[in-house]
Amino acid sequence: MKVVDLIVTESVAASTGAQRLVLAAADGSSLPAVRPGQFVEVRIDATPGVLLRRPISVHDVRGEAALVLLVQRVGKGTAWLCSRREGDVVNVVMPLGNGFTTAPCPSRPLLIGGGVGVAPLLLLGKELTRMGSEPTFLLGARTENDLLCLTRFEQAARTLVATENGGAGEKGLVTQHSVLERERFDFIYTCGPMPMMKAVARVAKAKGIPCEVSLENRMACGLGACLCCVEDTIHGHVCVCKEGPVFRTEQLKWKMED
Amino acid sequence: MFSPIRIGNLVLRNPVLTASGTFGYGTEYADFVDFNRLGGIIVKGTTLHHREGNPYPRMAETPSGMLNAVGLQNKGVDHFVHTLYPSICDLPTNVIVNVSGSTIDDYVAVAEQIDALEQIPAIELNISCPNVKQGGMAFGVTTDGAAAVVKAVREVYHKTLIVKLSPNVTDIVAIARAVEEAGADSVSLINTLLGMAIDAEKRRPVLSTVTGGLSGPAVKPVALRMVWQVAHAVTIPVVGLGGIMNGTDAIEFLLAGAKAVEVGTANFIDPAVTMHIVDEMEDYLRRHGMNSWDEVTMI
Repeated sequence: MKVVDLIVTESVAASTGAQRLVLAAADGSSLPAVRPGQFVEVRIDATPGVLLRRPISVHDVRGEAALVLLVQRVGKGTAWLCSRREGDVVNVVMPLGNGFTTAPCPSRPLLIGGGVGVAPLLLLGKELTRMGSEPTFLLGARTENDLLCLTRFEQAARTLVATENGGAGEKGLVTQHSVLERERFDFIYTCGPMPMMKAVARVAKAKGIPCEVSLENRMACGLGACLCCVEDTIHGHVCVCKEGPVFRTEQLKWKMED
Repeated sequence: MFSPIRIGNLVLRNPVLTASGTFGYGTEYADFVDFNRLGGIIVKGTTLHHREGNPYPRMAETPSGMLNAVGLQNKGVDHFVHTLYPSICDLPTNVIVNVSGSTIDDYVAVAEQIDALEQIPAIELNISCPNVKQGGMAFGVTTDGAAAVVKAVREVYHKTLIVKLSPNVTDIVAIARAVEEAGADSVSLINTLLGMAIDAEKRRPVLSTVTGGLSGPAVKPVALRMVWQVAHAVTIPVVGLGGIMNGTDAIEFLLAGAKAVEVGTANFIDPAVTMHIVDEMEDYLRRHGMNSWDEVTMI
């Protein structure tokens, strides 16, 4: 893990409320390797009252030269990050947490993302493809305008879409998509809003498919020191930042009816 | 290099310690700090028995600060002695254990076990945690309660005994005096200030416990005031903490009368912050033509 100053080399709107940022080491050096599902903690500068870093999952990497973040504007911290432009410097601690499990490599995994939760699935899908697997992305959003970076997913692997208004792909929630009935998958990875992840976990359990979820509990240190971001698991309270953010669903003490 | 600082029998190479609960057991920060350049680390609050702590959510960011309600999550003193201690006792800095409890007997039992650990030169007695239902702060908010627990621990603990004081009291000076009288070698202050955050849209408290402990730059003026008051009222050394983010903040605590400082919440924003703080403090002494930490006093 390192604290590094990164320089923004690309900053492009991914939707009205989301920004795609490409970041490279300000001194031109190579970045630490990042596994799919790991995250960085971004320092928020020059924003009155904001103290803590913001945990942001890694959307993609360009070898060791750059990393890509997909950021949804939800509060003051993410608003600052979304307003970064080419040439701006961003301080990050990286890489943090454990990534998704890719060994043993599933042969037909389904990667289900909702909203900005699609972010870590792109790097995962690319890695799984590289390892010889045949991943399918299933991406959900409220409308076709809320689908983030759709083309990049389509370029990486087979991509299916569900929108609540029916503006793209099948109409409805990701868990109502017909592919879940039509095809057989041997692993499900998911990241998105909590109700979506719980619905996905229910589907996976009903079908007997192993399922990993990426949680985004509110964090402070990102290093497993402050014990603020704990999740209740079969092993007690564990830090999402250090033991996660990815967990097998059977380890979580979720109330599935929520 | 400046000459070391003494707190009881504890010898610090510089005045910078890490605050309990913000630095884990040190190893979490191994990629970011050089332990040879820290006065010491104060590890996570340790209780007699395993504690799961409070339910999530336990943290809320507030203007220039944060609330926490971790609730002393730790695996108990036996786990510390048998599993954690062997892995951290060789760190090249002072490793100090923060000791917490719900009853006097709990505090005594933990202190006795830590006393036997050769490479732990001091404990910090936490009589001021705002996030546990019984004990903790209950001892820290009355002079009799504070004196009773310190006296009992003093009988079994033979090394340097630092007592961490709560700011959630009417008269912190009276508590500090009672603790000094009861045999403490030092006091550290302040622990977190009791606070609350509300989510207006959800119309619910943010924390599962409703209230929690406030830390970060927001509390620094309160901490400085209390350190200044206590340092002028007791003869034992005072360790100051509360919202220290940089070397200047730390120097302000020395000017208020503290002999050493603890850095807490700042570790979350910059895991290497303690290294910068040491550099900035040493630079301050050089810029002011000072030859020792004792010279950092108000004029």
